[in-house]
Order: sequence, then structure tokens, then C-alpha cells
Amino acid sequence: MNVAVEMEDVRRSELVNISEAGPAPKRIVAGFGFWIFLLSDIVMFSALFASYAVLAKATAGGPTGAQLFNLRTAAMETAFLLLSSYSCGLMSLAINSRHHLGVFFGAVVTFLLGAAFLNLELREFSDMIATGAAPQRSAFLSAFFTLVGCHGLHVAIGLAWLVLMMVQLSIRGFAGVVVRRLLCFSLFWHALDIIWVLIFTIVYLMGVLP
Amino acid sequence: MRYGSLTALLVLAATLGGCDGVLDPKGPIALAERQILFNATGIMLAIVIPVVIATLGVAYWFRASNERARYRPDFVYSGRIELLVWAIPLMTVLLTGTVAWIGSYDLDPPKPIASSTKPIKVQAVSLDWKWLFIYPEQGIASVNYLMVPAGTPVSLELTSSGVMNSFFVPQLAGQIYTMAGMVTRLNLRADHSGTYRGMSANFSGEGFADMYFKVDAVAPNAFAQWVAATRNVGPVLDAQSYTALVKPSKAVAPFTYRSIASGLFAGILNAASQPVAGLCVPYPTSMRAER
Amino acid sequence: MNLLGKLTLDAVPLHEPIIMGTVGCVGAVILAVLAWVTVKGYVPYIWREWITSVDHKRIGVMYLALALIMLVRGFADGIMMRSQQAIAAGGAQGYLPPEHFDQIFSAHGVIMIFFVAMPLVIGLMNFAVPLQLGVRDVAFPTMNSISFWLTASGVLLTNVSLAVGEFAKTGWFAYPPLSELQFSPGVGVDYYLWSLQISGIGTLLSGVNFVTTILKLRAPGMGYMRMPVFCWTALASNLLIVAAFPVLTALFAMLLLDRYLGFHFFTVDAGGNAMMYVNLFWVWGHPEVYILVLPAFGVFSEVAATFSGKSLFGYRSMVLATMAICVLSYTVWLHHFFTMGASASVNAFFGITSMIIGVPTGVKVFNWLFTMYGGRVRFTVPVLWMIAFMVSFVFGGLTGVLLALPPVDWQVHNTVFLVAHFHHVIIPGVLFGCMAGYNYWFPKAFGFKLDEYWGKASFWCWFIGFHLAFMPLYVTGLMGMPRRMQHTDVLSWQPWLLVAELGAVIILAGIICQVVQLVVSIRRREQLRDTTGDPWDGRTLEWATASPPPAWNFAAQPRVGELDAFWAKKQRVLAKQDLLGRQHKYEPIEVPKNSPVGFVTAFFAVITGFALIWHIWWIVCVGLLGTAATLLAFMFRVEDEVEISAEQVGRFDRAHPVEVSL
Repeated sequence: MNVAVEMEDVRRSELVNISEAGPAPKRIVAGFGFWIFLLSDIVMFSALFASYAVLAKATAGGPTGAQLFNLRTAAMETAFLLLSSYSCGLMSLAINSRHHLGVFFGAVVTFLLGAAFLNLELREFSDMIATGAAPQRSAFLSAFFTLVGCHGLHVAIGLAWLVLMMVQLSIRGFAGVVVRRLLCFSLFWHALDIIWVLIFTIVYLMGVLP
Repeated sequence: MRYGSLTALLVLAATLGGCDGVLDPKGPIALAERQILFNATGIMLAIVIPVVIATLGVAYWFRASNERARYRPDFVYSGRIELLVWAIPLMTVLLTGTVAWIGSYDLDPPKPIASSTKPIKVQAVSLDWKWLFIYPEQGIASVNYLMVPAGTPVSLELTSSGVMNSFFVPQLAGQIYTMAGMVTRLNLRADHSGTYRGMSANFSGEGFADMYFKVDAVAPNAFAQWVAATRNVGPVLDAQSYTALVKPSKAVAPFTYRSIASGLFAGILNAASQPVAGLCVPYPTSMRAER
Repeated sequence: MNLLGKLTLDAVPLHEPIIMGTVGCVGAVILAVLAWVTVKGYVPYIWREWITSVDHKRIGVMYLALALIMLVRGFADGIMMRSQQAIAAGGAQGYLPPEHFDQIFSAHGVIMIFFVAMPLVIGLMNFAVPLQLGVRDVAFPTMNSISFWLTASGVLLTNVSLAVGEFAKTGWFAYPPLSELQFSPGVGVDYYLWSLQISGIGTLLSGVNFVTTILKLRAPGMGYMRMPVFCWTALASNLLIVAAFPVLTALFAMLLLDRYLGFHFFTVDAGGNAMMYVNLFWVWGHPEVYILVLPAFGVFSEVAATFSGKSLFGYRSMVLATMAICVLSYTVWLHHFFTMGASASVNAFFGITSMIIGVPTGVKVFNWLFTMYGGRVRFTVPVLWMIAFMVSFVFGGLTGVLLALPPVDWQVHNTVFLVAHFHHVIIPGVLFGCMAGYNYWFPKAFGFKLDEYWGKASFWCWFIGFHLAFMPLYVTGLMGMPRRMQHTDVLSWQPWLLVAELGAVIILAGIICQVVQLVVSIRRREQLRDTTGDPWDGRTLEWATASPPPAWNFAAQPRVGELDAFWAKKQRVLAKQDLLGRQHKYEPIEVPKNSPVGFVTAFFAVITGFALIWHIWWIVCVGLLGTAATLLAFMFRVEDEVEISAEQVGRFDRAHPVEVSL
């Protein structure tokens, strides 16, 4: 019910309901906004997944997934990315404790693992193209390269962002805005991990199994 | 009021008869579709017209300058009104939804028309910017012209040589898209002899506005005569002449082919097609336009 | 390597008198305005107060200005189409050859949806939502500026296509295979794709911004069920933006890959699937129309309550209906292509869901009706727009239910009956709503009301003109006239098309009246001045501050105890005969600092987009590097806020006393 209450003299701490607590602090606003952006990114990936699903069998007489995918490479890529998420988590813990060296160490390990992932993926792509399985060959290959490539592009952007964050950290230390951005970065990195798990399952595993 | 005359306009247009369209059906499919149009319009008008009258009435009566209207600033909720206000649209939707369900099944384009006469098969191909109609059983073909025997169901298989088009003869049936590498199906029947207008209803480029064709429904023996006459004159439709036909051209005058190469339609399909399994994995089989 | 890619002097259509005339006139006007602004010394002011502004109120006004200018261009396209169809009957070819006509109808659709309706709606939300929520700005003010300027980039690129190159000739949805390289080898489709990708990023960022603002930044005490209904509709609309626009981004990326790198998503050969484009397009497209119409419904809710002197009837029901529409808009997309050959069960399912979404809309109409019932309705210009909407939109909805029936749709899909239907819902819905919002919030934005007489004149011209322009199309649609016809051969359609042309001319008179309204209002602004901040006896928080509000919106954070908090407070204050409001103890306020990031990012976006269209790869690199550099500069800036001193706050507050403060 709507009951008129004189609110001017009620102290904020006495409000029980979070929805009536007034504007949220910056950390919450930044994190929430970034979550919403991540959700939108996931919608974009869903559209790419949908197109992949539709075109998965449209090989136009060319190579199929079963012929092309190397599960060992995919497993290594998965391992690299999952481990990089772990090191990212360690980095987040170090941020919480404001431990400079721990943060840098975590960032370096995350970067190296992410770079290793990208390296494997780029090698996979160039090998495929060299054998004639280019995205221009068939709709299936177009969808594959776009979906997996889009994820790889996000990883590359993440790595560049990580480097910039380390530069910011060394210049400004653990300023509020830097900590908020590092939080956003780790959300981004973990989300990419989740998307990779889906790619690994839907593209590689389901592509190879009969 | 401009709206109440919307229906009057429809009736007027129908009685005018010179409209050659949806309101002047000449076949069972189009007839059934027009009936659904009238029924649904009637159901909806029964809701819409009172709402419009009520809106104007309430706004006028409760105008600020009206001393006699009672000002009730606390009238902001009423359970009974809420119930009514949700129920009326829900019940309307229930009714129209049933119409939608039944109509979608009864008039499904690929559904054959029940008839004692054997349907004639026509394979239609949309090109830039003309229509090719192949009669596989009669062994002839025509461009921008379709002759069918009145009273006989016509079973169409449609495809496109390139861009999407839409085969549409309003007086006989609803339309269906044509898409390269795929087959869509449509069944229609002309119950009366006459000439009907056909067109493409999906924009396909520069020559789109001229992509119309005549549909002549004639007595069965007149049809047979036309088929026989067509076999004696005109070019042959084979791979070579088809390649020439595919070249873009606008406002093509109707003409016929006296014979057709075998497997031509399948060949047109395959020129752009993919194995069946390459399509629509997440959709149920029923969703696909067939190959 | 060719320094200018595919660009040559041939790209300028020197042989087309209509285009060159338009380009000449528009170019002259732009140069004249720029010259006048420079000579008068306004450039520093415009740069400081508008271009680099991150204030939601300024950004909202810029969105509306952009939209209204684009309305003129989109309308010009529309009236050209009407004129062409009115004369090109029975074998006559008219004055617009197909290459030109096909670009016009494509540009008309793109401009009206993306560059008129979207900016109108986003502009109104920008301006009003933070004020209604009782906060100082949106969650991410600089990102808000980037959003606006990226939209402006899309506008610029689309309009440049008039002078350099061509626009898409595929219709505004650009279905493949027609939009693939094989059938559209020119740059037109590329202009379409890059303009919309760039402005799409801006829109998506706006969506993120507003969802965060509405869910995380509200005045203390304003729980969800105490938010104005306009904020609820803004929330629903922005949730839809976040959930739908990424699909369009992915889709256009796929078509761009097909066109630029020879991929096969939608090509005729190698396994491409054009039906998938249609599906993905409308998965975005249907939520898009609800993105547009929901805030318009929100405006009508505000207008109904304010000008009836009563709270909105059935608040909870309205909220429920709004969120229901938000969710249901995702379940109907196939009704845009019942004719593509899906099975009966699929068609029937989507037909039924399309009807179900009419239920919450119907509930809203009834709630507006009962809001007026028992009220004291003042027939101001916003109320005229609202009543016109209520009596017109329901008929548009009627034809929508007809189209939701697959057997009927098979008979009228892609005819002008369909064109009449969607104009019948968009114009009374979105356009009338935005006109109502424009008249309603204008005094808050500029400190003086709009002239009533010219407002009513423009309303009547629009109302009559709209009906004359579109009702005949229902008739010709039923007579079998397809849409997008450059010429027609059926003479019996011509009388109807002439009536439609007359309607378009009357709408033109309506637009002219609106221009006159603005000019007259500016001239008479002292007489129309709003001195109290509350010209309409409003109910929500935006009326509890000065007109125009200061950069910080409210001197002190308002606190809220109920729905329609401002109205409730007014009643209490009037009862206590205390009209001067309380004396505040003023504190310094931090406001976000202006930033050129938005404008500069957009500048590089335009360069990159143009270079991509014309395959000038080195400029693409320059543009991308420039964008990256701009974002880096923004990332590394140290100061992002400016402090307004307590004394300055106090000075403004005392100079602009409001009736009642919260």
C-alpha cells in the first residue's frame, strides 16, 4: 500500500529495503553496468551460436568438423583458458589484499596463458586455411570461423586490456577507479571462459562425435 | 467517424467488384481466407468501436470545464474493473486464436485441395524479373503467363533462381515465398473461368514492378487445346535457353516453350542447393521449406 | 595501391538533378549555419555546453534535435514515394527511375526507424528518467555522450550516401540474397550496414546505461513500486535494447563478412541460408518496435495522470502489462514471415502469441481510459495527442490482429495493407507519443512553454493528414497492390493513391506548423515563461526543480515516501499553507566533467565507416588507431568530476524558488 511517510528525517541506515536505499555506490553501479554489458555480449554470441547450429551441416561438399577438428588441441586450449581464469581469480584475491606483487604475478600468468590459447587457436586457423578449409569454402566453415574467431577476438582485446590495467595500476596504484576496472576485467575474463566451454562442447565435441 | 467507415469501405470495395483482389475471391482457398478476414474484423470491431466511443465520451464528459462531472481523484484502483479489463482482451484472443489455429491447418499452402479431379502440377521459378512456369506433365513451359483448367486443383512447387520473391495471385490463394535452393509448395484452384492477376509480392530489385503475370482459368478442353497448340510453336527450354532466360530482363512479354528438358526444375534447385541435412538443424522438420 | 580505394569522382551523382539539388541546398544551409555560428562567436559555447556535455538533459535535447531534423529528411523520402506512386500509374514511369526510387524507400525505412523514432524515444528517456528518479545523472554520463555521438555518426554516414555513392536498394531490412554482393555489388548496402553497426553500438551502450540507472540509481525511498510509469516503460525498453541489439550486431557482422571476405552465411551457393537472416533480423526487429512504443506508452501514462489531475489508474496492472509486453515481444517474431513456408503448427503458434501480446496493450488502453474517468481533463496539446493516439492506435491494433492470422496474412503480406498497418501503429503510437512528450517536457528543458495555438494546428494537420495518407492503402492493399512499387499498371488504384498523396501534403503542413510553433514560442518566450518549475501542476519529481534544471538537477537529494511523491508533497504543503519550501543547508556537489571523448570517437567512427565502405584500407587503420587512442586518453584521464561549490548551489536555488521542494 502507498502510505505517505515523512521521509526527510529518516536516516538512511534505518531503511530496510535495498530498493529504497537510494543511489548505489560507484563500485556496485560499475559492476552491475558491466554485468549488463556482458549479458548483451552473451546475446551476441547466442546469435552466432544459432547461426552455427543452423549451418553446422552445410559443408557444401567440403571438409566437415569431424575431419578438421583436433580434440587434443581443443583440450589444450580449454586447459589454458581455464587455468588463466584460475590465475585471474588469484589476481582478484591479491587486489582485495592490495598486494602489488601478487597482482602483477597473477596478471602475467593470466596473460601468458591467454596468449598461449590465442597462439594455439591462430595455428589451428592457419592450418585449416592451408589445407583448403577456409571460411570462404562453405557456410559451415564461415560460421565456425566467425563464432570461434569472435571469441578469440574478445580474448585478444582482453589481453590488451590487461596490459593497460597493469600500466594504470603502476601509475595510480589501487585507486577506486582502477580497482573497479580490474573487477570489470575479471568479470569479462571469466565470461569468456564460460563461452569457451560452450564452444568446446557445441562446436568441437558435438562436431566430432557422430 | 473515419473508423466506422473502414468497414463500410471494405464492403464498398467488395461490392464495387472491380477490385480484382482479396475481396473478390474466385477459388476456395481465397474464399475461405476472405471469410476469416471478415469474421476477425467483425470480432475486433465489436471491441474497438465501443472503446473509441468510450474514450471520446469520457474525455469529453470529464473535461475540466464541466461542472457537473464528479471529480474523484481517489479512483485509482478497482478489482472488478481490473478483472474486466484483463478478461475482455483475453477472451477476444481466445476466439481469434482458435480461428488462427483452425485456419492455419485448413488452409496450409502445401495441403492438397480435396477434389475428384486429379491436380495438375506446375513448377514455378522466379527469375530476374519474370516468372517461369513449367508444366512437367504436359512437357511445356510459359513465361509470365499461367493457364489453368477451371475447377481443377493446381499443385505448385516453387523455387527461385536467385533472390527471394513471392508468388501471389490474390483472387485464388495466399502467397508463398520463393527461395533459391529450396522448394515451397502451394495449392490453389480457380472455380470460375476468368483472367486473374498474379504478381511477385517480395521486392527483388530493379524490375520488380513489372513482375506481374496473367492467370487464365479456362474450361478443361480449352486448356488441353492450348497445351496441344503450345507444343507446336516456340523455342525449346533446355539448359542453354534457360541460361539465356536467367539473364536479367524487365517487363518481359509473355511467351511459351514448346518442350522442356527433363529434370530441369531439379537442376535449377541443385544449382544453388545443399544436402537436405544442411538446413535448419534446431528447427523441427515441419518448419523447413522442403527441398 | 589505390590511395582512395573504390572512391572516384563518378561516385558523386552529378547527373541526378534531384539529388544534386538537395545536396546543394542542404550543403548551403549547413555552411550558412556554421558560418553564422562562427562569426557570432558561439563556437566555444557550443563546444563547452553541448558538444562535450555529458549532462543527460543536454544529450536528451541533442537526440531530439537530431530526430526532428531527420524527420524532415525521412518525410521528404515519404512524400517523394507518394508522389511517384500517385503519378506513375497505368504505364506512366513517373519522375523517379527505379535506381532512385529503390534507394528512397530503403532510406525512408532506415531513417524513420533508426534515426527518427529511436533518437526521439532515447532522447525523451535521457531527459526525463534521471529527473523522475530524483538523481543527478545517469549511471555512466560519458558513455551517454559516446552513445549520442555514435548515433549522430550513423546519421552522417547515411546522409553522406546521398552525395557520394548510393544507398541500399534492398528495402530497410536488406534481405539476402538481394543484399549479397552478387545482386547488390554497389556500396549502397555497405553504407546501410556500417551506419547501423556504428549507431547500434551507441544504442546498446545506452541500453546498458539506462538499465543500470533505473535499477541502481533512484532517490532514497523510491522503491520499485513508487517509480513513475515512464521509468518502468524506459526500463522495459532498455532491457529489450540490451537483449535485442546484439542480435542485429551479429547479423550485420555476418552479412558484412559475406560481402567483404566472401563468407557464405546467406549466399545462394556453398550452403548459405537466407532464411536464417530473416529469422535473426526479426528476432531483433520485433523487440525493436516495442523498444519504440513502450516509452511512448509511458509518456501517455504521465500525460493522462497529470492532465486529469488524478493518479494513473491501475498502477500495478500497468507495470505488469509493461513487463509482460517486454517478455512477450520475444515470442512473436515469425509473424513477419508467415509466408516463408513454415508448417501449420509453427505458423499457428506464432499467430496466437502475436495475439496474446495484444492483451496487455489492451489493458493499458483501458487503464488510460479509467485514468480520465473521474478526473478533470485539461485539453492541452499533449492531451490531444494522447486522445488521438487512443482512438487511432486501437484500429491499428485491429489490423495487427488480422495480420496475426496466418491465412489472412498470406493474402496481405508485403502489400500496402501491411504498410498501412505498421504506420497505423507507429505513427499514432510512437510519433504521437513523442510529440506529446516533446510538448510536455519542453518547458522543463527550456524554461518556457510551446505555443498552444500552433501546437493544436500541427496536431490537427498530422491527425487528418495521417488518416488520409494511410487509410487508402488498406483499400489498395486488399486490391492486391504490393509494397515498394516504382510504378503500377492498375489504373483503379490511382484515385486512392492520389488521396494518399493529399494526406502526405497535409502532414507536410503539420510539420511546417511544428516549425512555426518552435519559432513563435522562442519569439514569445517571455510570455510563455515557466517561473515555478511546475507549469502543468505535475505529479512526479522532475517538476520539483527549476526550469531548466541546473546541471546538478536537485539542490539536495530528494527523498520519496510514496508514488507521485511531488503531488503528495504539494497537497501536504498546501494544507499547511507553507509555500516557500524549506531552507536548505547547501553542500558542494560533484558533477561529471565534460568530455570530448564522445565527439572525437564519433569523428573517427565516421572516418572508419566511410573508409570501410570505399575500401580505403589505410584510412581504416588511421580511424581505428584514432578510436583506440581516444579511448586510451579517456581511460587514463585523472579528473572525471567537477565540484560545484555550496555557494553556487545556494545562489541558483535562491534565484529559482520552486513551489515545493522534496
